[in-house]
This record gives sequence, C-alpha cells and structure tokens, in this order.
Amino acid sequence: MRIRRHIFDKIDWWTILLYITFIVIGWLNVYAALYNENYDLIDFSQKYGRQLIWISISLLIAIFILFFDWKFFEGFAYLIYILSLLFLIGVLFWGVEVNGAKSWLDFGFVRIQPAEFAKVGCCLAVAKFLSGLNMSLKKMKYKVIAALLILSPIILIILQNDTGSAIVYSTFIIVLYRFGLPSNLLIVTIVISILFITSIIVSKIILLIILSIIAVFFFIISSRKLRELIIISILLSACIGFIYSVDYAFESILEPHHVSRIKVLLGQESDPQGSGYNVNQSMIAIGSGGFLGKGFLNGTQTKFNFVPEQSTDFIFCTIGEEWGFIGSTFLLLLYLLFLLRLLYLAERQRSVFSMVFGYGVVSIFFFHIAINIAMTIGLAPVIGIPLPFISYGGSSLWSFTILLFIFLNLDSYRLQVLR
Amino acid sequence: MKEYENRTYIIGGFFSLVILIFIIRLFSIQVIDDSFKTSSENNVIRKQTDYPIRGLIFDRNNELIVYNEAAYDLMITPKQATNIDTTLICTLLEIDTISLINKIEKAKNYSMYKASVLMKQISVETYSKLQENMFLMPGFFVQTRTLRKYPYSTASHLLGYVGEVNERLLKKNPYYKEGDYIGVSGIEKAYENKLRGQKGVKLLLKDVHNNIQGSFSNGKFDIKSKPGQNIQSSIDIFLQNYGEKLMKNKRGSIVALEPSSGEILCLISSPNYNPNELVGRKRSDNYIKLNNDTNNKPLFNRASLAQYPPGSTFKLINALIGLQEKVISSRTKFNCNEGFIYGEEKRKMKCHAHRSPLNLIESISNSCNSYFCNVYKEIIEKYPTTYQGYKVWRSYVTSFGLGNWLNNDLPTGQKGFVPSHNFYDKIYGKNRWKYSTNLSLSIGQDALLTTPIQMANIAACIANRGYYYTPHTVKNIKSDKIDDRFSIPNYTMIDSSLFEIVIKGMLKVVEDEELGTSNLAKMKDIKVCGKTGTAQNPHGEDHSIFIGFAPMNNPKIAIAVYVENGGWGSTWAVPIASLMIEKYLKGSIKRNILEKEMFYGVIDY
Repeated sequence: MRIRRHIFDKIDWWTILLYITFIVIGWLNVYAALYNENYDLIDFSQKYGRQLIWISISLLIAIFILFFDWKFFEGFAYLIYILSLLFLIGVLFWGVEVNGAKSWLDFGFVRIQPAEFAKVGCCLAVAKFLSGLNMSLKKMKYKVIAALLILSPIILIILQNDTGSAIVYSTFIIVLYRFGLPSNLLIVTIVISILFITSIIVSKIILLIILSIIAVFFFIISSRKLRELIIISILLSACIGFIYSVDYAFESILEPHHVSRIKVLLGQESDPQGSGYNVNQSMIAIGSGGFLGKGFLNGTQTKFNFVPEQSTDFIFCTIGEEWGFIGSTFLLLLYLLFLLRLLYLAERQRSVFSMVFGYGVVSIFFFHIAINIAMTIGLAPVIGIPLPFISYGGSSLWSFTILLFIFLNLDSYRLQVLR
Repeated sequence: MKEYENRTYIIGGFFSLVILIFIIRLFSIQVIDDSFKTSSENNVIRKQTDYPIRGLIFDRNNELIVYNEAAYDLMITPKQATNIDTTLICTLLEIDTISLINKIEKAKNYSMYKASVLMKQISVETYSKLQENMFLMPGFFVQTRTLRKYPYSTASHLLGYVGEVNERLLKKNPYYKEGDYIGVSGIEKAYENKLRGQKGVKLLLKDVHNNIQGSFSNGKFDIKSKPGQNIQSSIDIFLQNYGEKLMKNKRGSIVALEPSSGEILCLISSPNYNPNELVGRKRSDNYIKLNNDTNNKPLFNRASLAQYPPGSTFKLINALIGLQEKVISSRTKFNCNEGFIYGEEKRKMKCHAHRSPLNLIESISNSCNSYFCNVYKEIIEKYPTTYQGYKVWRSYVTSFGLGNWLNNDLPTGQKGFVPSHNFYDKIYGKNRWKYSTNLSLSIGQDALLTTPIQMANIAACIANRGYYYTPHTVKNIKSDKIDDRFSIPNYTMIDSSLFEIVIKGMLKVVEDEELGTSNLAKMKDIKVCGKTGTAQNPHGEDHSIFIGFAPMNNPKIAIAVYVENGGWGSTWAVPIASLMIEKYLKGSIKRNILEKEMFYGVIDY
C-alpha cells in the first residue's frame, strides 16, 4: 500500500511553515520573558536554554512520526488510548506534586506530564469510534460511549488535582457537534453555562423571577395546551434545581482557588493580591505595550517579575508588552490562519478516521489558544493551560507536536483512500 | 458525514469570531484604555526596597548606646539611565568623570535592569542639591538608608559593627542583596536576626521627569518592612568607658561579670578603636588602617581571643581540687624552703622568701609555689597511675569551663588549652611522664592557656560557690526571650562548702598586710576577694593578672584583669581591678591618686 516516495511527500508545507514560525516566536518570547543579561544566549542552566533542547527533541519526534504508515494509528488507536489511561492511573500512585497538582511522572532525566499525552490517545480513540460503521450520534447508545471515552481521562486528571488540563477535554464537544451531535444538545449545554454564570452573578430571587417570566412567555406563544404547560413547568423546575445545585458544587466539588478565580472573573470578588493578582498584572503588562509595543527585551513589567508564570501560562503578556497591539494581533491572526488551515485539511480527508482526528486536533488547539489568551486579557478564569508551541515546557510542546504531525501524516496519505 | 458539512462553516466562523473578540479586547486595553498605561514608556514602576529600621541597643541601665542616623544612597538603574549628563553629576557629587564612568560601568556589570548603588552615603547637602536636579537625571534615584551611630564611641569589640554583605554570604543567604548591611562582629553579628527586622518592598510610580508620582495602586502591592527588635545589652556603659580609660596606653583586657546571672558588665580589649570609625563612607579606609596596624592589633578582641597562661590565679583551682580529693584540708601545712625540690635530679621549683610552713589560707594569700606543687603531686599520686590521676585532675579543671568554648554569645572566641594526657604521651611517650614532668601546671604554667573571659568566669564560679551561668552580652530582647542556655547554671565538680576556705584565702590576698599580694585593692567598706597572677611569657616581661570578686558575701561583680607585660600582678592588674570594683559598686572613685596613676600610666611595648 505504501506508495509515498519519501516521508515529506505530499506533506502540507503551509502547516509546517506555521508550526516553525510559532516555535521561533515562542522561543524568542521565552527568552525575553526570562531575559537575564548575566547569562549567555545559549545557557542550558536557564529555561530558555533548556527550551532549545525541548524544541530539538520535538523536531526529532515530528520526523519520527512521519515515518509511520497511516494505518498504524487507526489500528492501534484503542491500544494507545488505554495506555494513556494507564499512565494517568500511574500518576495517581507514583506522581510528583508540582504546584499542588500531582500530575508529573519523574523519570530522573526527564519529567513528563501524562495528561498532555493523554490528549493524543483520547483524540485517536474518538476518531476510531466515530469512524465505525453504522455509527450515529443520534442514537443514545453511541452518545453514551462517546461521552465515556471523553469522560474517563477527565475524571482521572481531576483526581490529580489538575482541573485546568481536564477542562481541555470539553473541547471534544466541537468534534461531536461536527459529526452529528444534535443541535439541541448543544443548546442545552449553552443554556446550562448561562444559568451557571448568572446564578453566581445575579441573586437567586431575581433569577427565579426572570426564569418565570420567560416560562410564561414561552407558554403564551405556544399552543397553550396542558401538554405545553407540563413541559414548561418541568423545564422550569429543572432550571431552578440546577441553580441550587451550583451552590452545592461551589461549596463541595470545586477547589477553593477555582471558586475564587471564577468569582473574581465575574466581578463578584475583588482580590488583587490573590487570584486576581495574576490577571491584574497580566493586563497591566499587555496594556502597557500600547499600539507598537516596547520592543524586544524592553518589557519592564515582565522584567520585574510582576507577572507570575511569565514563561509558561502567561507568555502572551511578554508578547503583548514587547510587541504591542500590532504584534499580538499578528500572532492571533497567525493562529486563526493555522486553525482554518487545519479545518481545511480535515475537510479534505477521504477517511472518516483521519477527518475526525483532524477535528480533534483542531479543537484541542483552538481550546488552548482561546482559553490561554482569554485568561491573560481577563476574559476567562485563570486556568493553567499552555499556549500551543509558545509556552515554555517540554511535555506540552511534544504533545502538540505529536498531535499535529500524526494528522499531517494521515493527511499525506489522503489520496490513497478510496472513496 | 456529508449531511453535517455546513457545520464546518459554523465552526470556522466561531473560531474567527473568538479571535475577533480577542483583537477587539486587545485594542481596547492596549490602544484605547489608559488605565493600563501606568507603566508605559514614560511611566515606570520602580521596585524600591523598604529597609527596616535596625534595632537599637541599650545598656543595662537603659542608656542608649547604639542608634541609627539617616543616610542617602544615590542609586542607578542603567537601562533607564539614558543621556547621562556626566558634567552635572560630577559637579553634584564632587567626583571626576573617570571615576563616575567606572562606577556606572560597575553598575551595568551588576545588572542593566536592577538598581545598584552608584554613590554610598551622600551628605545631606549633596542630597538636597541632587533632589533639585533629579529631573535631569533619568534612571537615578536616592534611596534612604540608616547608619549606625555610637554616642559613647566605646565598647567597639563588644558591640561590633555593621558592614556590607560579602559575595559568599550573598550566595548562601537569599535574604541579603548586593549592598545590604549586616552585623559583622560583636552583638551586631550575634543578634543580627533580631536586630535586622524584615525588609519590605514599595512599588513607586515615576513620570517622564524622573519624579516619583506616588505609590503604585495606593500601595496595594507593597510589602511593609518590619523594624528590628531593640536589645538591652548586659553591659554597663559607664563601667565600660571607665575601664577603657584605665587601659589606655596598655595592652590587655578587662572582663567583668555579674556572678548571679552571667551577664557581661564590661568587655574591654585594649588597644581598641572608635566604633564610629567603621561607619559610613570612610569605613573601608579606616578598616584597612586598623587592620594594617599589626603592632597594636586594635581589631583583635583580646577579651575572647587572646590566650595567656593563667599563672598563679590558677592556684585557686588546684586548692579546690585538693580539698575535693581530700588530699589536703584547711589545716594542712607544707614546708617551703624558697622552693620545692622534686624528681631524681633534685630539681627545684623556686618560691619567694616567706615564713614556713604555711597552711592553705596563708598559701593562697602569699601565693606559695611549693604548697601547690605539693597539692598537685598529692592529687596525681593519689591514684595508682599518673594517667588516672591526671585524668581526674583534668576533669575537675574542665568543669570550670576551661579548655572549651563557653558557648557564650560572642561571635568570636578561643577555647584556651588544658592539655590532655595524649598531649604528654606524644611528647614523652606513653607512660613515660609523671607529676614532675608537668609540675608547673600546679602554678598555672606549662601548656595551660586561658582567655580573659574564661578567667572572669572562674572568678564568678568561686563567687557563686560552685557554679556559673554562661557569660552573655544581652539582658533582654524586646518581645523575645534570650536563649535558655544563659539561664541554666553549670555546676563544677567541687562541693559548694569547700569554697569558703579558698574565699577566705582570697580575702587575705587583699587584706592581709603581712602575707597578702594585693593590698592595693583593699577598700574600707568593700570586702574584695581576689588572686594575683604573674604569667610568664616568652615574649618579654611577665603579664600582670588579677581575678577576683566583691563583695565577699552576695557578690555583685566578678572580674579578670590582664595587663600584658605589666610585670607583677600587683603592679597594674590589682589597682585597675579594684578601681573597676569601686566604680561599679560605689559609682564614684575616692582614691584619686591611684586612679590618676592608672589613667596616665604607659607601658612601652
């Protein structure tokens, strides 16, 4: 079957070009964020020096992945998925705790974060599952299995106390939506989110009144029969039940620091020293960049360590401060270009497996980009997830590289699939 | 999958919408909204260390002996210091261009972004001139610091001084930053953690003209500094000053303790220096000068570092050991024929002419060598082997705190030396030595070495009839207890009842007109107990030594005086000690002629 002349044959060079651009931008900004004139440009005792090693390894990983036959990934999808679940369980026993989350495996020479790699496994498994014969997300059975596939890693990662990484998996809703998840399920999800947020912001009495008015409104515009009355009443009581369960969730399920982060974000709490501090400092740094930015290595906010996690989760601050509105917009547009290119690639697949996998990859990238940047500019709560290809760190860079290059590999074989 | 193809466009549209929202948000915070511009090119937040006020030091009578004075450091942040007007700065600081450029280079080498000191401790006049011209000097600012001030200009060795942290400590302790000050010796060093307080951080906003606009976010992110704790030292500053005056033009040391607590009343090492010399801009010049004075060694703290043989003062300890071991009693007499003849070669340990035989009390007051040679011989020979006898003798000696750290709170000190049996084994071979080999231990010579503070402690030990509190320099720390180790008595191996006989002898040393060796210390209304010593040393004239305490009952002060090359104990050490005792117990001196003799007495070295 293997007809490719060499591993780079029919590869999508546009994506590779974007990939390399992100990596270069990433390293330059990690360097700027940690800049210390006392050290050389290449000094492996410094994070930016080590990032060069991580980058080299990820390039090797990329080339290595391109050597595989595309059938390998489809054939071993479930096996890889199960392996990654086993790793997640392993972390619960042998994990090392960093910043309160027990999510690292220490191999002596290198520390890895299985939650990052589990994304690959989950993505493969979902693709394999959705490409099955007779599969239809209209049927309850398939919905449940799909939900289980996605929920298993989520639960294991939440057990590691790394809620940020767990939330990433919710991005698979985009994949499910594309492959036939009924729209009303999406509407329900949106309604739940709105209710969740408003129940925190607005007082319960007012919310009850508003909901009742809406219910009455719906009843009036309906055919006003007993059946409608019953349905609307049930929906209304479900909503009310949900509002009260949010209270419960806040008090007993979520970690206190998550609760406070959400509340600060929604303006319910002012806590500039605590969780609000990060966002506050991050926005000052970005805002101080102005239209043109302060120039490479000239950021003052970032140099004085005002912004915590400068090189990892808050790397966008350095970009915003040193490259200004022009630079950050440029990066955002590059990301958009990258996402749309991946969507295009996904759509041109003949194999359903490759297509679903492509969608998985693009939604994972989208979620990381959206949430990470949103939190630095104060539009989302502070969730510790990295900015793809730009944030400092080996595990995240490698898992993003693996995701992208498995998809590019699948894409390079696209013409061999019979329609 | 074709049926849902249109959803691709919805997803693509959603992605674009999100990115568009981000761009709008960025436009609003980066271009439109000015409230985030607090730190744009013109307005920079400066992180300024909020230095805590160092704790004050009082003496035991609440006399203020160390305080702080404001000082100003000119700081530079090289990255922000563009267009430096060298002529202006040179005129203001009164330095030449080359040294200014050197200083700026040094600052750049340290860090481009972090502020470093360009000029330390500028005067108030320079400071006010600088303030007027600050708008012409971007990247510069003045940081207020405090300097230590010693109003009495004395007690330099005891109080110590404060200096800049060195490279080694910078690496070891992350609390300290380049240019910080730290206690280098004395109380300043020993109680650094209490005195220094806790540094804070102030975030300040600065405008285009390098003027401070106020604190950032109304100080919400500032960390307040915590002032250091005040310390009440145990010393009596007036006694200290008086002792330093007495020791003028002599080398040596005076240490006085309060026996009932172990508190150091004064700690004098002569020659000394004015502690104010090691403060401020002239500090390093003065330090080099003092350090280079190898003849007088003013930086050397003789009270805790100098090791001398204790000489005849050590006879007190041998007397106590003899009593405890029951080889002598208060009535025991030994013959003395101007010496003690011992060994197969019939060698003679000389003694001065006096009537013979003498009992214990008389021997102490007359400092008879032969008597204590006999005592030492009896102690060692009481046991079947020299080895065992010596071991017993040595354990008594060390129970007085000799030959070891006293574990006091002085940052420097010497252990002194009480030779172990191994020491003699090495020299003479195993079992090849006996009491006669090191007979001069009986009169405090041989290899024995002690420091003045150890000898003062022995005086306190005898004054307390058998125990001592570890000597210490601090009486009270505000809102904090002093270390427990200073409130636990250390017992010697001698029964408390045996001390009275020796103390009677010590009283006779001072009061007995016929036999006593230190009648100069006699005062009408204070019963002083003491013992003189004359320590032989290979470098010239003998050292003059006196240890003692007063009054005899319920002692208030124990003292050791060493005057190097002062000859007989009674020549210098006795009068100085007695004047110190009079000063401390009476507050004033009646014996003005004696006082004058001591004040103006000079020993040529």
